[in-house]
Amino acid sequence: MRLSRIAAVAVVLFAVAVASGDVAAQQCPKGKLRLYTSWPMQGAMVPEGTGMKNGVDLAVAEVNGVVAGYCLEVVNLDDASPQTGKWDGAVEAENANKAVGDPLAIVYIGTYNSGAAKVSIPITNRAHMAQVTPANTYPGLTKKRGAAPGEPEIYRPGGFVNYFRPVPADDIQGAVGAKWAKRLGVKKVYILNDQELYGKGIADVFEATAKKIGLPVVANEGIDWKQPDQKPVLTKIRASGADLVYLGGVIETGAQVVIRQMKEVGLTAPRTRFMGPDGLLEEELLKSATCDAALGTDMRITFAGLPFEKMRGVGAKTYETYKTKFGKEPTSYALYAAEGTRVILDAIKRSAPAIEKAKDVTEKREAVRKAIAATKNFEGINGKWSFDENGDVDYDTMSGFKVVKAHTPIGCTFQIETSLA
Amino acid sequence: MTWWEVLVQQTINGLTRGAVFALIALGYTMVYGIIELINFAHGDVFMLGLFISLAWFTLLGVTTPLTGWQLVTLLPLVFLLTMLTTAALNVAIDRVAYRPLRRSTRLAPLITAIGVSFMLENAALLWMGPAPIAYPDVFPSVEILREWFGLDSAIFVTTKDVLVVCATVPLMLALHYFVTRTRWGKAMRATAQDRETAQAMGINVERTILVTFFVGGALAGAAGLIQGMYYNIGQWWMGYQAGLRAFTAAVLGGIGSMGGAALGGLVIGLLSAWSDQYISARWTNAIVFSILILVLVFRPHGLLGERAADKA
Repeated sequence: MRLSRIAAVAVVLFAVAVASGDVAAQQCPKGKLRLYTSWPMQGAMVPEGTGMKNGVDLAVAEVNGVVAGYCLEVVNLDDASPQTGKWDGAVEAENANKAVGDPLAIVYIGTYNSGAAKVSIPITNRAHMAQVTPANTYPGLTKKRGAAPGEPEIYRPGGFVNYFRPVPADDIQGAVGAKWAKRLGVKKVYILNDQELYGKGIADVFEATAKKIGLPVVANEGIDWKQPDQKPVLTKIRASGADLVYLGGVIETGAQVVIRQMKEVGLTAPRTRFMGPDGLLEEELLKSATCDAALGTDMRITFAGLPFEKMRGVGAKTYETYKTKFGKEPTSYALYAAEGTRVILDAIKRSAPAIEKAKDVTEKREAVRKAIAATKNFEGINGKWSFDENGDVDYDTMSGFKVVKAHTPIGCTFQIETSLA
Repeated sequence: MTWWEVLVQQTINGLTRGAVFALIALGYTMVYGIIELINFAHGDVFMLGLFISLAWFTLLGVTTPLTGWQLVTLLPLVFLLTMLTTAALNVAIDRVAYRPLRRSTRLAPLITAIGVSFMLENAALLWMGPAPIAYPDVFPSVEILREWFGLDSAIFVTTKDVLVVCATVPLMLALHYFVTRTRWGKAMRATAQDRETAQAMGINVERTILVTFFVGGALAGAAGLIQGMYYNIGQWWMGYQAGLRAFTAAVLGGIGSMGGAALGGLVIGLLSAWSDQYISARWTNAIVFSILILVLVFRPHGLLGERAADKA
C-alpha cells in the first residue's frame, strides 16, 4: 500500500520533470540567463523588500520569462544581517561575489541602501557586470555633486560605468527641497542630519542650495540618533528662531523622536515647520511619531519622481498591473524595480546578437552593460528619459507630500500637495 | 528665548536625561560594590524593563493616556509589576551566569556578563523585532507653566518632566534608606567592605548578593518604565547605549559609591545637554568622555569614590 503510493508519487514527479524539461527546451533555444537581486528582506524591510521583488517579477512576467530566446531566472538574495535586520557590508559583498561567480548571471539588481551599493559596485564592475538599482539615491555613487572626495571613481576600478539608476538621485531631492522651502515662505532653516550616508548627503545638498538661493541656514548639525532624547538640540533650534527644521535621515535613524519632541519643546507650526526627504515617507513613521506631532509641525516630505497614482501612460499602466497582480499598493520603490528590470530586458534584447557571439561570460555581461548604458528615450513610468554619461536618469520630476488628517487606524497620512522640479 | 531661558531649559533637559542615567548607574555601582563585577548585562535588563512594562500595560489594556484615579492605581501597579519582573530576571542572571564563577578569576564573570548581555539583546530582538517600538502615550503630557499657571513663558516644563523627577528621587531616597538603615542594608555594606569577615560574623553573604541583584534589577526596571513613558520609543539595542552612558556615570561618580552614581548620572545628563546647546550635538559624546578622562586623571576614584562610608 505504502510502497505503491510512493511509486505513484515518483511516477507523477518524473512525468512533471520530463514535461517541464520539454517546455524549457522549446522556449529557451539559447539557454538561461540569471538576474540576481540583493536588498534587505527581513525585519522592518519585509514590505519594501517584497515590493521591489514583486516589481522585478512583474517585468519578467510581462515577457513570460523569455527574452530574445533566453529564459530568465531571478535569484533573490538578502543583504541584511539577521543580527540587526539592517543591510550589512559583509553580506552584500558575499551576494555580489556569488552573482559574479555564477556563469549564468548576467545582471545584478540592487541595492536598496546606498552604503551597500558602495560595497557591491566595485565587485560587479571588475566582472563587467551591469548593476541596476531600484532605490539607491546617494549622489556620490554616480556623480561629483554631493559626493565625497574620490567618488564616484573609486567605485569604478575598471574605469567604465557599470552602475545605473532609473531613479533620481538625492542631490536633486535636496536641491528641490530647498527651493520648495523658499516657496513656502521659510525665512531661516535649521538642518539636522543623522550622520549617515543618505541623510548627511541630502542635508549637505539642501544646505548648499539654500545658501545659493538666499535662504539663510543656521547650521547643518549631525545628531547622535541612537540617543532617544533630542530635546537639547531642539531647544537650541527654538532659541535660534529658525522656522523650518529639515532632517536628513530615514525612519530608522531617530526621525520619530525628533518630530515628537519638536512638539514637546514648542516647535510647532506656524512658528516652526518640518521637512524631510523621501527616506521619511513611510506610514510607520506616523504611527510611532504620533499624528498630532506630525500634524503640529506641518510635516512635509519630498519624493523623487511622481506618486504612483499621479502617473500617466506607462506609469499608470504599471501601477494598475501591479495592483491587480499582487492585490496591494506598490511600496515606494516597487515600480522602480519594475522599471529597472524593463531597462535590463530591453538591453538584453538589443544586445542578443552580441551575447551570442561572445566568447565567455565576461563578454556577454559587457555586451549587456554597453546596451544598458546606451538606453535612450526609454518610455518610463515618469515619462521619456535617457541615461546620462554617469548612468543617471536625465529628468528631475519630484513631488511634495504633506501630512493630513485621515480616517485610518493611524489617524493621518501623507498626501501629495504639489509637484516640484 | 533669552540666554537665561535657554540655560534654564537646557538644565531641565539635562536633569531629566541625567535622572534616568543615574537610576541605571545605581544598579551598576551596587553590584560592583558588593562583588566587584562590572555587570555588562545591566543595561540590557533596563532595556527589557522598558519592553516588560509595555507588556504589562498591554496586558492591563492601557494604550491611551491614564486619567485621574488610574494614575494612582494602575501606574504604581505597573511600576511594581515591572520592578518585580526585572528584579527576578536579574537574580536569575546572577544564579545562572555569575554565581557558579564566584570563586574563579575576576575576568570570568565579566565575560559571562558580556555573554548574558548578548543573550538578552537577542531575546528582545526575537520578541519585539528589529524596528523601533512605539511606546504608547500612557502618561498624560501637560505643559505646566502655560496650562496650569497661565504663564506665557518660553520655558517648557511638562508633567512628564515632573514624572521623571517624582519617580526617580523617591526611588533613590528609598534605596538610601534601605542601605543605611535596614539590617539587609547593613549586611550589604559589611559584605562590600570585606566578604570573608562578614561571613565570619554570621552574615549570609550569598543571600546578601541575591538581595543586591534583586534591588539593582528593580531599579533598572523602573528606569526602563520611566524611559518608555518619557521618550515613547524603545529598540532592542538601546540597552547597550544606555548602559554605556550609565556605566560612565557610575565611574565618574566613583564606582561602588551610590551617591556618586546619582551625581555622575546628573553630571553627564547636564554636560551632554549643555554641550548640545553650546558646542554641537556632533561633539557631545567626545566631550562627555573627555571630561570622564580628565576626572579620572585627577581623581582616580571618581567624584565621590573615596568615601568608603558610601560604599554599598
